[in-house]
Amino acid sequence: MGQAKTARVGDELPTFERITGFENWNRFAAVNYEFVPIHMDDEAGRAAGYPTAFGMGALQWSYLHNMIRDWLGDDGRIVNVACQFRSPNIKGQTVTAHGVVKDVRDTDGHTQIDLEIWTEDQDGKKMAPGSATVVLR
Amino acid sequence: MTHISDEMRAAIGIEMDREVSFPISESDIRRWAIAVYYPAEPPRLYWDAEYAKNTQYGGIVAPEEFNPFAWMAAEKQEPTVAIAGNDPGRTEKSLGLAPPEVKFQLNGGIEVEYGVPMRPGDVITAVTRLGDYWEREGRHGLMLFTIREMTWTNQDNELVRRTRRTLIRY
Repeated sequence: MGQAKTARVGDELPTFERITGFENWNRFAAVNYEFVPIHMDDEAGRAAGYPTAFGMGALQWSYLHNMIRDWLGDDGRIVNVACQFRSPNIKGQTVTAHGVVKDVRDTDGHTQIDLEIWTEDQDGKKMAPGSATVVLR
Repeated sequence: MTHISDEMRAAIGIEMDREVSFPISESDIRRWAIAVYYPAEPPRLYWDAEYAKNTQYGGIVAPEEFNPFAWMAAEKQEPTVAIAGNDPGRTEKSLGLAPPEVKFQLNGGIEVEYGVPMRPGDVITAVTRLGDYWEREGRHGLMLFTIREMTWTNQDNELVRRTRRTLIRY
């Protein structure tokens, strides 16, 4: 499962990719109680200055976590995650979560790995850039 | 010129909000996982107790970013004054302070540190504090940065999550 145990600086994590729209957003609205017109209604999205409704920042946040977890498997835990929300996720975009290993170090007998993480759209434009640290068990 | 008044500075560290969740159920966790992994089947750790028993967690846990406060909280402080969610002066008004003269607000990002995982049956207490204010000149003039710090603990008083959210206003 996980590939974190052999991680080296510069390694790219397997990506997590989704075509986004109401199928994803409505399911997420339903678990996060995020029933906000800009996420559910194209007219509300247009009124806010975008071509369509747009997705939740918290769902980008989940996609970043999914990408890290799929790579980590049962080999460790997430210690911290941070990101900024730079660009809205409009309907029909393909959102891909990426990660790159920035540092691997031994801390109190445990391996800690720092990651640069981000989501981007189908044109490679960064949407939610950030960082994370995991610890191996 | 400054956005940060003396009474705002004096409020740094003050408790803004406190909520207690209902007990987390397996179906809350399962549905969250289905939504965030859709259309793929979510990892078995989030819904298969037999599988989860043999992982490092020894049982089902919630995805780290799971929100146990989504559909009502068991206990919640009621705001004393009604303030629109998109009011850029909301932070200060909710504390009874005069708000800064700002017109626009942006989500400046989120930083989270994770403690113990959330498990079925857990009851989470969330305490939000006004973390900090600072300001600097930016593209849109003098920009005010506000940090809200949220600390989540479980029924055994173990740290579950510490979140810092940055609000940028100008």
